[in-house]
Amino acid sequence: MLIGKQSWQFANKPVIESWGSSGGPFEAEGKLAADFDVLHDDLWMGEESYEKAHRVLLEEAIKSALQKGNFNKEDMQFMLAGDLINQITPTSFAARTMEIPYFGLFGACSTSMEGLALASFIVNYQGAKKTVTGASSHNSAAEKQFRYPTEYGGQKPPTAQWTVTGAGAAVLTDNPDKQGKIVTTSATIGKVVDMGISDPFNMGGAMAPAAADTISAHFKDLNREPSYYDLVVTGDLGRIGQATTYELLQQSGLEITKEQFKDCGLLIYNDDQPVQSGGSGAGCSASVLYGHLLNQMKNGVYKRILVVATGALLSPLSFQQNETIPCIAHAVSIEMN
Amino acid sequence: MLPMFFWAFVVGGLICVFGQLMFDIVKLTPGHTMSLLVVIGAVLDGFGLYEPLIDFAGAGATIPITSFGNSLVHGALQEAEQHGLVGVLTGMFEITSSGISAAVIFGFIGALIFKPKG
Amino acid sequence: MGDKKKQKMTPEQQQYQELEQKHELKRPVVKNCIKAFLVGGLICTIGQAITYFYIYFFNFTEQTAGNPTVATMIFLSMLLTGFGVYDHIGQFAGAGSAVPVTGFGNSVISAAIEHRTEGFVLGVGGNMFKLAGSVILFGVFAAFVVALVKTLLTMMGVL
Repeated sequence: MLIGKQSWQFANKPVIESWGSSGGPFEAEGKLAADFDVLHDDLWMGEESYEKAHRVLLEEAIKSALQKGNFNKEDMQFMLAGDLINQITPTSFAARTMEIPYFGLFGACSTSMEGLALASFIVNYQGAKKTVTGASSHNSAAEKQFRYPTEYGGQKPPTAQWTVTGAGAAVLTDNPDKQGKIVTTSATIGKVVDMGISDPFNMGGAMAPAAADTISAHFKDLNREPSYYDLVVTGDLGRIGQATTYELLQQSGLEITKEQFKDCGLLIYNDDQPVQSGGSGAGCSASVLYGHLLNQMKNGVYKRILVVATGALLSPLSFQQNETIPCIAHAVSIEMN
Repeated sequence: MLPMFFWAFVVGGLICVFGQLMFDIVKLTPGHTMSLLVVIGAVLDGFGLYEPLIDFAGAGATIPITSFGNSLVHGALQEAEQHGLVGVLTGMFEITSSGISAAVIFGFIGALIFKPKG
Repeated sequence: MGDKKKQKMTPEQQQYQELEQKHELKRPVVKNCIKAFLVGGLICTIGQAITYFYIYFFNFTEQTAGNPTVATMIFLSMLLTGFGVYDHIGQFAGAGSAVPVTGFGNSVISAAIEHRTEGFVLGVGGNMFKLAGSVILFGVFAAFVVALVKTLLTMMGVL
């Protein structure tokens, strides 16, 4: 049901039955390594190109999610997923392998929540019994496309972020038995916000206004206070984006505490890893949510979380044409029933 | 010999500092900065200032990318002296060729034998 | 170029950017310049040693030793790029490794290695000069203008 201006409330509480995540060598050295189902020790994953390895990452996350819930891919009505690569080919090729009717999505790094919001809506209104949703990214494939060849000796500034080589996926169903299960309860769809930042090495600074806009809209539409949630966790704002968003939210009067306000890009890596301002990428929010965060919820650490995935909607061409960076953020609330 | 090593170090280092300032303060991309340096090298040779720098600092002037602009102008001028204006076109790559040839050849060889490490 | 963009900003955007600047991690300019100076200087010193090597062992003169020196430096940058070392040097040294001719070599070689997955003709051949192309373009054109002007002035007796 539409609630407020841009949010949905899921009265039928779609159930996140199972989830899976995969990662690369850098993620294997990070803080959340134990929550990954599959970890690789190199970026090729036995394939001939980074783009092919990228597809493998998503396939593994989906297969892991299916297997952990005892599902077959034939049981799934729809697959909603995306990535950062041109024409989202890794995801489309994974959909070819999975043979599930497929919605290809592009929201840059906000794709994970775009997928979860849409999947929840579809399941909530009986448009599907079982869906699978997720997102992925691959550091080298993203660098090759958006920035420089991976062996190029360019110098990244401290505001830059490290694209996560990882994927996360979950199975969302209309299971009537919701006792002790994790459900999605609402979603707020973000609008594109552009505050004139044009530095592609400062994604956090560009995305912060979109995150603040969607978070404020969520609390307004659902008439809630931030204290409702144990955690408000953003996708990949990084150090600069998180600090900026926090100040913006304080300015708008929202009382979120620093303990509540976390960021997947800052959770995923260790402090001694050379990631400048933190992790980023469509796979960042997906692999952290569909791994660490949901595991924490299953263990009773969190009861209600709001996941806000943020995306920067630029391309290498738009930057060369002197465009600024428009951004978007989508939020989904996930609760333990 | 020894003073040459010192000046090579200092002059080469200073040209790199100029490049770094372009990166960090003017916020130019590496592509913009290198293009700028090449043009500066060409212009300096036009004023006859780059060759004395090479005599003074040796590799400190021949190794930075500015020397690429210098050798292009040099080649063009040498040929133009002998063959008139058309020499500007024909002579340009005479002195510089090793840099570009090496980059192309070793680029191809590199692609043959190496895989990127990410 | 930055100011032109600023003038097109709405007041709301300008306000946001001021806020964001407070949280932005600033580039360590002085530290970067020192690192660039040291690494760049070192690379040039190595180049000087190689130049002398060619002069004394291969009978090149001071004028002609430049060519094999540059080729050798680019060969070295191929090894460093191929073994995955040059990108780490670059992150540390910034312009210190980008400005020397080894940086030019690295830009060509890294692009060639990266795009091998798209085949040698379209991938390697088509993408090799992605980064270095602008250097060649502007180098050649600037040299053309400079040489043309100088030649014309000489012909006219001005120089």
